Amino acid sequence: MTPTAPNLLEMRSITKTFPGVTALADVSLAVREGEIHAICGENGAGKSTLMKVLSGVHPHGSYSGDIVYRGEQVRFDSIRASEQAGIVIIHQELALVPGMSITENLFLGNEPRRRGSIDWKSAQRRALELMEQVGLREDPDTLIKDIGVGKQQLVEIAKAFAKDVKLLILDEPTAALNEADSQHLLDLLRGFRERGITSIMISHKLNEIEAVADTITILRDGRTIESLDVKADGVNEDRIVRGMVGRELDSRFPDRTPAIGEVFFEVRDWTVRHPTSDERMVCKGSSFQVRRGEIVGFAGLMGAGRTELAMSLFGRSYGTWLSGQVFKDGKEIRLKTVADAIGHGLAYVSEDRKSIGLNLLDDVKTSMVAAKLSKIARRRVIDPVREHRIAEDYRTSLRIKTPSVDEGVVKLSGGNQQKVVLAKWMFTDPDLLILDEPTRGIDVGAKFEIYGIIQRLVAQGKGVVVISSELPELIGLCDRIYTVFEGAITGEVARADADPEVLMKQMTANKKSPTP
Amino acid sequence: MSRITDLQKNLFGGTTSNARQFGMISTLVAIVVLFQIWTDGLTLTSGNLIAVVSQYSYILILAVGMLMVIVAGHIDLSVGSVAAFTGIVVAKAMQEHSLPWPLGILLGLLVGAAIGAWQGFWVAYIGVPAFIVTLAGMMLFRGANQYIGNADTVPVPEGFRKIGAGFLPEVGPDTGYNNLTLLLGLAACAGVVWREWKARQTRREMNADLAPLWVTGVRLAVMIAVIVFATLRFAGGRVGTSLPISGIILIALVLAYSHYTRNTIGGRHIYAVGGNARAAELSGVKLKRVNFAVMMNMSVLAALAGMIFVARSAASGPQDGLSWELDAIAAVFIGGAAVSGGLGTVSGSIVGGLVMALLNNGLQLQGVGSDMVQIIKGLVLLLAVAFDVYNKSQGRFSIIGTLTRPFRREDPAGTAAPPAPASDADKTKVAG
Repeated sequence: MTPTAPNLLEMRSITKTFPGVTALADVSLAVREGEIHAICGENGAGKSTLMKVLSGVHPHGSYSGDIVYRGEQVRFDSIRASEQAGIVIIHQELALVPGMSITENLFLGNEPRRRGSIDWKSAQRRALELMEQVGLREDPDTLIKDIGVGKQQLVEIAKAFAKDVKLLILDEPTAALNEADSQHLLDLLRGFRERGITSIMISHKLNEIEAVADTITILRDGRTIESLDVKADGVNEDRIVRGMVGRELDSRFPDRTPAIGEVFFEVRDWTVRHPTSDERMVCKGSSFQVRRGEIVGFAGLMGAGRTELAMSLFGRSYGTWLSGQVFKDGKEIRLKTVADAIGHGLAYVSEDRKSIGLNLLDDVKTSMVAAKLSKIARRRVIDPVREHRIAEDYRTSLRIKTPSVDEGVVKLSGGNQQKVVLAKWMFTDPDLLILDEPTRGIDVGAKFEIYGIIQRLVAQGKGVVVISSELPELIGLCDRIYTVFEGAITGEVARADADPEVLMKQMTANKKSPTP
Repeated sequence: MSRITDLQKNLFGGTTSNARQFGMISTLVAIVVLFQIWTDGLTLTSGNLIAVVSQYSYILILAVGMLMVIVAGHIDLSVGSVAAFTGIVVAKAMQEHSLPWPLGILLGLLVGAAIGAWQGFWVAYIGVPAFIVTLAGMMLFRGANQYIGNADTVPVPEGFRKIGAGFLPEVGPDTGYNNLTLLLGLAACAGVVWREWKARQTRREMNADLAPLWVTGVRLAVMIAVIVFATLRFAGGRVGTSLPISGIILIALVLAYSHYTRNTIGGRHIYAVGGNARAAELSGVKLKRVNFAVMMNMSVLAALAGMIFVARSAASGPQDGLSWELDAIAAVFIGGAAVSGGLGTVSGSIVGGLVMALLNNGLQLQGVGSDMVQIIKGLVLLLAVAFDVYNKSQGRFSIIGTLTRPFRREDPAGTAAPPAPASDADKTKVAG
């Protein structure tokens, strides 16, 4: 790409309103041919809406403003129309059929035909070519469900190539990927740039943006704030953050003076078998402790068994429990069901709030009280006034952005949904909160607030366990970090000694001190 | 536009927007008016209204149970067979073993509970899809009905017939009306007023927007007018008739289950399970217990419906309850429940059921053949749900979507009163 490359795409003065809300107000975006263009902004800033306007999800006529693509004014009225023009969007939620092979998925809806039936031979050949292009080495007959999420992402991209893509749009492409897969994906994007393919990338991971993007457009509250040229403007993460939140965040973690008490929660020799495979142990004699007022981190690569450990503790919600004990305040407690776990003051905030954390049909207030209805009920009859008041209290104290507590949770942004889930579990008065990827897919401002909430919780003497794939987050937030590798706890690092290198070493094959 | 929506909300929705309910009630009113004109006023006569209630009460009872089954994300195809099986067992027990009829009713409910436990066990604890379990149950209990009854009809004693064909006794001074029905109507009016007052109070405590007083007044006036009209019609039939006992049982059940699904922890758990089973489980909901309970409850209600039907037709036969499950399921979906579970209301299902019942009866009053009735009912079901789906895909107010919010709070305008709908004077045994 040269700085003088012509614009491949220009979106001019796009305004899009929904009943009662202006999602985009006079937004402009110019993407040069062959660059990697990052779009940043907090959740709700309008990034997804802008991309939906571009890809024809919101058809021409439902917004005002012009889209000029390859020098011509275009009016897409469906996704199909934009795809025909070579604009392909890859959503965060992958659109693959798990039970079909890579080849079948690549050509789904686009199957090569010969005399009325599918020409599998040429499909196979084409599939290998496409997989080569994205660096995916896998048997094309492998079923999607049998490959990891990183490779699935590559299949999605290859699928875009099958459609002869000119402009590739990636929405949070690395959100679900581990470090290595993310790196591979970013390298791939750089490779595309070499070949003259233009990409737009929406991401919350500022370090990645800084590393690959040529231009960054920052949106805030449905407006374009600025467009930065990464090289010329000397952009760094702090610069982007300032644009996104409209102020300088002094620190990405709120200040806190830890006040750590005695050990109150302890797990000994926790061993759990995989739900379907007799051979595999997802937890291998794991032991750990949590003190009052302490934030304990669990670091590990994806699939290391951190979520499995947490869920198996939380009322045996995962796998088959084989052995191990749990002690709280020195006494052994039995957590056979989720109700037991809640009763003993445990709370588990899942990593996947949409599919297992929330009932998306519920409204905000119903969600908040769902885990302890008995607290707002008298003789099993729910008191709507108390429910409403409690929900209003959380809305204020957690600063949840919603028009009312009667709003459906599905309409909230990711960060606000996450706050609703946090409220739901805070409402159960837990002593120990296990937060699984609490900031995944959440923008910087909301992250900062969630860190603040976590710190307030420990200041009240609760213990918090944070499972995260982002090492800087663990290092910035936690007092102590356990590393997990293949179901075993491989190390324990105090805050003072924690640095990414040390952690990464223990999180990967280095079985220094495997627990028995 | 928004002012109309507001008004609509205020008049029909109780506390929150409630477009679906509004739509269904309008449909119901339209059907009543249409048939009232078409049949030269036959539809809203005392005799016809009474006939409708006694003819459709058992389908509506099934719809109440089916609503919960569908909200929890299941289906129950066996209700007709379970009803028939219970009917024959109870009839036999009373005829051949001279069981007193009150014990007969108890026996019937126990049979329903046992069948429900059987089906609930397979669904909740083994994990067989309810569709399969109840499809099996449909064949199984139909066969069992014919096995026990030798495919014969078995008559039931006089006392037992009361629950299906009985009326309230005539007591007190001669007013020209059935006095007990009048009392019930009075109680319903008081209930509606109390409810409205409570709702306003709750809204005030929540600091939520209060509908203007005149709106509340208008709504109350409409509801009371409907109740008064219905009361006078039901009380003013020929001497010896009143609101049927089966109708009273139905109203009691509707009130109880409406309250249960909207206001209690157990009710909320059903919606939670249907909305997202895994999330519910991780919130401490005992998934298996909820699934077991809704399946079991359905069979108990099916048993009750079966007994009412047998009581009404004075005998139990091998063809009882044929295709009831389909009527009940249709009522629930016309009433706005989602096929995927998690959404729907008892009151909606009752309104849906009444739409079907009225159509059926109006058409039969007009002498339309059962072939055409089937065709029309099929189309109504399809169009009602299609309308919903279309609205949702167009991004307008989604009727199903708006149900997410009001489903535990809305005002069951259609259930508080013995609804004024109804038509029918047909003599066929099988409802539609």
